[in-house]
Amino acid sequence: MSERMPLNRRTFLIKLSLALGTVAGFLVAIPVVGALLAPLFRKPAPAWRAVGSAGQFEVGKTVLVRFRDAAPLPWAGKVSQTASWLRRNSEESFTAFSVNCTHLGCPVRWIEEAELFFCPCHGGVYNKDGSHAAGPPPHNLREYPVRLRNGQVEIEASAIPITNL
Amino acid sequence: MNILKNLQGWIDDRTGFSETVLPMLKHPVPPGTGWKYVFGSTTLFTFILQVITGVALALLYQPTSETAYESLRYITYQVPLGNILRGIHYFGASAMIILVGIHMIRVYIWAAYKYPREMSWISGVFLLGLTVTMGFTGQLLRWDSNGVWSAIVAAEQAGRVPFIGNWAAHFLLAGETLGGATLSRFFAFHVFLIPALLFTLIGLHIFLVLRNGISDPPQAGRPVNPATYRRWYNTMLEEKGVPFWPDAAWRDMLFGFSVVLIVVLLAVFIGPPAIGAPPDPANIQSNPRPDWYFLWYFALFALMPAWLENYAIIFGPLLAGLVLVVLPLFFSKGERHPLRRPWSIGIVIFIVTIVFTLWHEGANSPWSPDFTTKPLPAHVIGNISSQAREGGRLFYKKGCQFCHTISGYGGRRGPDLSTVARRLNREEMTIRIVNGGGNMPAYGAILSHQELDALVRFLQTRKTESLSEP
Repeated sequence: MSERMPLNRRTFLIKLSLALGTVAGFLVAIPVVGALLAPLFRKPAPAWRAVGSAGQFEVGKTVLVRFRDAAPLPWAGKVSQTASWLRRNSEESFTAFSVNCTHLGCPVRWIEEAELFFCPCHGGVYNKDGSHAAGPPPHNLREYPVRLRNGQVEIEASAIPITNL
Repeated sequence: MNILKNLQGWIDDRTGFSETVLPMLKHPVPPGTGWKYVFGSTTLFTFILQVITGVALALLYQPTSETAYESLRYITYQVPLGNILRGIHYFGASAMIILVGIHMIRVYIWAAYKYPREMSWISGVFLLGLTVTMGFTGQLLRWDSNGVWSAIVAAEQAGRVPFIGNWAAHFLLAGETLGGATLSRFFAFHVFLIPALLFTLIGLHIFLVLRNGISDPPQAGRPVNPATYRRWYNTMLEEKGVPFWPDAAWRDMLFGFSVVLIVVLLAVFIGPPAIGAPPDPANIQSNPRPDWYFLWYFALFALMPAWLENYAIIFGPLLAGLVLVVLPLFFSKGERHPLRRPWSIGIVIFIVTIVFTLWHEGANSPWSPDFTTKPLPAHVIGNISSQAREGGRLFYKKGCQFCHTISGYGGRRGPDLSTVARRLNREEMTIRIVNGGGNMPAYGAILSHQELDALVRFLQTRKTESLSEP
């Protein structure tokens, strides 16, 4: 057809129907996409969690501590728990390592005698200061902010560290 | 009888079954299709099996982070036949993945993706992706320790998406950490979203079979020519075609029945995968492993060069998918018979060999430290000086034994050191231990001079495999 078709009643009705369908689709899609993305917009405020009094931790030792996420949903139960390898470097200084291997997130284990963190998944190994020692991990172990307040060791509950490109 | 007959006639008239569905069932297919055409329909049967057993499991499963684990234990240990139900769903999934693979290889080797069936192949590639995603999300819904860590591993992989990595990872986890919404999300994906896409694409996939016909068994020297193919195919059907139901369908039914029977037998006699420790992200005594169909992929991540890996995690699957999608567009005409396309057989053998090798490696995962290894027993250490004996103790204590085996004790990441003294002298050993290298950590800062000396003395005694049990 070389000429433009005149906008008669039938083509108008086709366009109207398609337009109505599209508009309805978009309107419904807004809350659906909203539900899909809702968790991304929930930015929990940083929360400091006490993991024990300073006296509990020996200088030079690394131990597993558990604490609650920054802002768990009330029904999350046990899944709101998370953990960190806490090392006391000196009287005043602590380091809180993420338990997640920087390769694919598996939980690394501290082997006291060997002074190394081992990952069970693909054999990543880290030194006691969290630096990469061997295997596939692309980075050193991540650290959480940690502080000493009123004799209590506090770790800032934050996101699971994700390795990016 | 007459009433029944009348009722049947009434239903048929009002629904139009004989007019619409029967012709589809009886659509003509080329003669001589034989047993190699059964894999697609059997994949469909296993999908239906998954839908039915999936609905049954959903009647009892609690899709919340807090209660899923207990409800799965309830299904497994208390519901009558619940264990078998889970088993059927698990082995049904395994069968579906195997059949999708065989179906795809069959279509590729006989080049059934060529004109006019390119869209059948392309929709099939998406169906493959969705099936595999179902497998992964399903494993995660077990929501034991392994399921929890699988969610984190998935998020870490999503984290490698360029620019929006964190966003993609948090999208999967439903937040910055595992939490109350994580399982709900994977449940919704596994039970609603992906099945809806599967139903749609399966509908298209089957519609395309009816529209373009089942591919004719290829003949060497009879290339596909898009200009004449449809006319040739229709004439061939008119002359020699046989009705799909029952001439060809009986084989589908028989093979499908056998597969379902095997799935049920496996469910009864082997049962579903064991449920691991409770879902506690703070419990780090976990050794996350994918189900068998992903073990080869798991192995790939352990063995790939590190510099490549960060990119391959996301771009690898994307690139593979893209190659598969465009394949029929580039090779839509020409010879179909495998004898005229020998490279197609070569490619299949190549890929299957790689996957099977990786599978074998994944099942053994020699790169994983062996945390369960026990100190070397006295008969392995042998009658050696007290210093060397101390070295043998250190070999265990310092984690060497997680990765190195001596006379059958220890991990397999590094070389077997049962007879290392025959290969390396004192200096070479010392250099290696102090500096590490590649997959071995440097022990220079970990061992004292004395410890290093003892360890080397011990390793210098490793000249012969000690086989004798005390």
